[in-house]
Amino acid sequence: MQSIYLAIPLAPLLGAMIAGFFGWKIGRTASHIAAITGVAVAFVLSVIVFKHIVIDAAEPFNGTVYTWMVSNGINFQIGFLIDKLTAVMLIVVTFVSLMVHIYTIGYMHDDPGYQRFFSYIALFTFSMLMLVMSNNFLQLFFGWEAVGLVSYLLIGFWYKKPTAIYANLKAFLVNRVGDFGFLLGIAAVLMYTGSLDYAEVFKQAPSLSGRTMEIFDGHAWSILTVTCILLFIGAMGKSAQVPLHVWLPDSMEGPTPISALIHAATMVTAGIFMVARMSPLFELTETALSFVLVIGATTALFMGFLGLVQNDIKRVVAYSTLSQLGYMTVALGVSAYSAGIFHLMTHAFFKALLFLGAGAVIIAMHHEQDMRKMGGLRKYMPITWITSLIGSLALIGTPGFAGFYSKDAIIVAVRESSLAGAGYAYMAVLIGVFITALYSFRMYFMVFHGKERMDDHTREHLHECSKVVTVPLILLAIPSVIAGAIFVDQMAFGGFFGSAIVVDESHRIATEVTHHFDSWWGLILHSFADYPVYLAAGGVFTAWFLYMKRPDLPDMIQQRFALVHKVLVNKYGFDRFNEIVFAGGSRLLGGMFWRVGDEKLIDGLVVNGSAKSIGWFSSIARRFQSGYLYHYAFVMIIGLLLLLTWIVFR
Amino acid sequence: MNNEMAVIEMPNLALVMPEMFLLGMTCVLLVLDLFLNDRNRIITYLLAQLTLFGAVVITFSQMGGEAVTGFSGSFVRDSMGDILKIFIYVVTAIVFLYSRQYLQLRNMFRGEYYALGLFGVLGMMIMVSAHSFLTVYLGLELLSLSLYSMVALNRDSEASTEAAMKYFVLGAMASGMLLYGMSMIYGITGSLDIKEVGSYIANNGANNIILSFGLVFVVVGLAFKLGAVPFHMWVPDIYQGAQTPVTLYLGAAPKIAAFAMVMRLLVDGMEALYVDWQQMLTIMAVLSLALGNVVAIAQTNIKRMLAYSTISHVGFLLLGIIAAGPDGYSASMFYVLIYALMSTGAFGMIILLSRAGFEADTLDDFKGLNERSKWYAFIMLLIMFSMAGVPPTVGFFAKLWVLEAVLNVDMVWLAAVAVLFSVIGAYYYIRIVKLMYFDKAEDNSVIVADVDLKVVVSANGILMLVLGLFPGMLMAVCQQVLA
Repeated sequence: MQSIYLAIPLAPLLGAMIAGFFGWKIGRTASHIAAITGVAVAFVLSVIVFKHIVIDAAEPFNGTVYTWMVSNGINFQIGFLIDKLTAVMLIVVTFVSLMVHIYTIGYMHDDPGYQRFFSYIALFTFSMLMLVMSNNFLQLFFGWEAVGLVSYLLIGFWYKKPTAIYANLKAFLVNRVGDFGFLLGIAAVLMYTGSLDYAEVFKQAPSLSGRTMEIFDGHAWSILTVTCILLFIGAMGKSAQVPLHVWLPDSMEGPTPISALIHAATMVTAGIFMVARMSPLFELTETALSFVLVIGATTALFMGFLGLVQNDIKRVVAYSTLSQLGYMTVALGVSAYSAGIFHLMTHAFFKALLFLGAGAVIIAMHHEQDMRKMGGLRKYMPITWITSLIGSLALIGTPGFAGFYSKDAIIVAVRESSLAGAGYAYMAVLIGVFITALYSFRMYFMVFHGKERMDDHTREHLHECSKVVTVPLILLAIPSVIAGAIFVDQMAFGGFFGSAIVVDESHRIATEVTHHFDSWWGLILHSFADYPVYLAAGGVFTAWFLYMKRPDLPDMIQQRFALVHKVLVNKYGFDRFNEIVFAGGSRLLGGMFWRVGDEKLIDGLVVNGSAKSIGWFSSIARRFQSGYLYHYAFVMIIGLLLLLTWIVFR
Repeated sequence: MNNEMAVIEMPNLALVMPEMFLLGMTCVLLVLDLFLNDRNRIITYLLAQLTLFGAVVITFSQMGGEAVTGFSGSFVRDSMGDILKIFIYVVTAIVFLYSRQYLQLRNMFRGEYYALGLFGVLGMMIMVSAHSFLTVYLGLELLSLSLYSMVALNRDSEASTEAAMKYFVLGAMASGMLLYGMSMIYGITGSLDIKEVGSYIANNGANNIILSFGLVFVVVGLAFKLGAVPFHMWVPDIYQGAQTPVTLYLGAAPKIAAFAMVMRLLVDGMEALYVDWQQMLTIMAVLSLALGNVVAIAQTNIKRMLAYSTISHVGFLLLGIIAAGPDGYSASMFYVLIYALMSTGAFGMIILLSRAGFEADTLDDFKGLNERSKWYAFIMLLIMFSMAGVPPTVGFFAKLWVLEAVLNVDMVWLAAVAVLFSVIGAYYYIRIVKLMYFDKAEDNSVIVADVDLKVVVSANGILMLVLGLFPGMLMAVCQQVLA
């Protein structure tokens, strides 16, 4: 099995290298064949691993592949930890990635950077696989940064577009904040356990609980709480939680396949995965869990509101992603890790589907993304229409669809939790259900139904996209429907993940609610006795009423509640705040450092000064090198005499 | 009576198989070369390579096991020696390979270069395996005499003959001092055997002024061979004056032999005087780091720049020996092996860029190399990064381990000095990178070279990266042989 594990990340890497280094030579088709083959191999092998680990219930594998170096007793190594958590992530990552690879053939068809694009996404797949397969913090960090790098490259893929460059810089900088916390967290882990290996760290973790550290005199903080919050700050950056969410909507400047793969299905869920992986640490500190819970709930609710006022089709899906990431984070906060990962999985399928559907619409509309110029597309694009409808139904949690099970599991878990902030979180996730349904179907109705608002020229050219686009849509629609029912028994409530996820006895709500349900079918029946289904239905109805029945109403509401609308359009002012305080502040500070520190002190005194003095010294020393033999002999004799004198008089 | 007769023991000839093989083959080469005309000279070259290859095979087959002394205790075969010898052969083989085309293009493709080169290798082997002061001296002189003549190989060149003259006079002085120091130590201890000298000093105390004086003279001799400040004055002139293939030869393998000499004389022989030589080496290491790195900045000739760079590398090499203990020695050994490979790589690039009537030995010749050949610019970048100690090239690990050894004996200030001067040193390595990538090429001629040269130079550069990614194996070997 070990060679299979090794082959999983290396196959996409090989594909990336072929497409990247030799793409210019071997041409477009060969490049995409190389990249797709690499990812397809990884997918097939992942299925084998999934069968081995999950279905055959083999022992988790934990082993080192290669030790890079040993410094001060700390091992820096590449190693794999393959348990059920990893196996699920492998399937999700490679499947969605494969779909997106195929879809890209159609989406990027006319782009001059075709080979570069394939090289990047295959490289992304490699990085993401390294991240999820890691058995130590260093490799986790490597994968973490590598996916960040590829995300940066891909958001700015159209590097001649100023908005894309602005967006990728923003993503990069905001992630720096998160990664800084993450790195500090890893450093704290290393400092207090002396190891970077998961198994070793988790073994030592219980002995750390109760111990404190003092960063500021007189304030004793629990080591584990500080460490976990620092690690979670990393997750907040990568998984776009408030207030580090600002980069994700802007990242929509990148090509749509990327938005589907990186900014919806996989990379942004790395933070969720990481916290679930670190469950043995987080379980020991309720303060950190509460922190996670509140941040997640805030993201889930308030980012959902923003989806209501967006007119760009991709941005609506982006805000929906933010809100769903909030749901997952909430699940982590109430120790329902398996429910969080379950939602991660179903979300990966239906959100990738929605993004790719939006991409198909964008292709058909000749890169028009404004929903106000769409409408009635269902006639022209039946496959896109049906699959998008399935995606939306899954997203809002229609009973029977994948999203229903995972979201319901989270809501139930929050309801049962007694953690500080659970009440607030419960309200947030309930209202969130309504909001989700409202913005999802607002988009659905605006795009596929109603009056055709596009210009005549576009209308004449409207048609369904080619097979490479529609086939991934159909393939993604399937798990969006069925993945929930298949896994709900095990994943949402059962001990599916085994030893991979640790839940403290006192937090074990998931098991308490298990007895409510006997099967996936029973769950559907039971749902009608609870709020979420009606909230979702209400949302859909509201959307229908506002955008189909009385399309004049939204404008009226907008005028009546101008202030609220303004706040929402300005995204609560996060962007302006960051722009003025952080960006402006750093520019000011930078300018000051530049003029005083750099120009005067460093350039003037240190650089030029030392360069001058070294240059001066250098020229003096050069003069000693006169070329005369007797000078040289003289220096040797002097050296000898000095050493002798020193031996005598020391 | 019988015991008296046994004083002359039968030497264990199996012990010196590699040396005998090399000597025999070199004599064959010398004679054979007489019967070859210039068109067939390539046979001499191939024979030289074959000789080195044979030596690798023989030494390799002997490897492992305990140290064995022979020839009345004047010769020792041990694992450290075997590894160092193999590196000497390999590095010399690379040097011969790099030099071939250069020599052919300049009508200097003669048997002497290879005969002298092989005699030099023999000298180095003897130095590496010496177990008596006399054997050390013997090996050293054999190497030095070969080097003097090699520097003067192009006897029509004024620069070469001048360099050879300087090298000879200064080298003779240094040899004299070394010999003088040895005689003092012999006077006190009554033995030339390194082990016996060691145990005498350990038993009778180190507080003897004549012994200390002897040590000073020996250290001066060693410092001259290594090129440590203030006994470095010959280095830049000889590096620049000699033909590039000779500089290449002189800059790489002899440093490995010099390291062996330091290990044999100071560590094996006079470890009891540790405090004395540690302090002397510290002074020389700091001076070497400072002078080597700083003066290199002012150079415009790349050979001269590399000469100063050598001086600074010697400073680093000494740090490991100063730190002492298995960690320090193995770090130093790792450093010297890596240094030999880096140095051959750098000179290999100079040879690669040169052609008949054009030496490519000024910094300007590297301008815009990236426009001329992306690949070789990259190879040179790897070598320069390795010399500067930029990860993930192997030069980083070489420096890291030496510094770690120094830190482990709590000489933080020394490590700080070393780091400071490496930062200064990084400037002139990275300047070459800047010249290659950001400046306009002055001549745009295509790089013409034979396939073997191209392949090996590339492999040499890539090796810097590969060893940087997998440094553990070589380091484990170094630790094992010095444990």
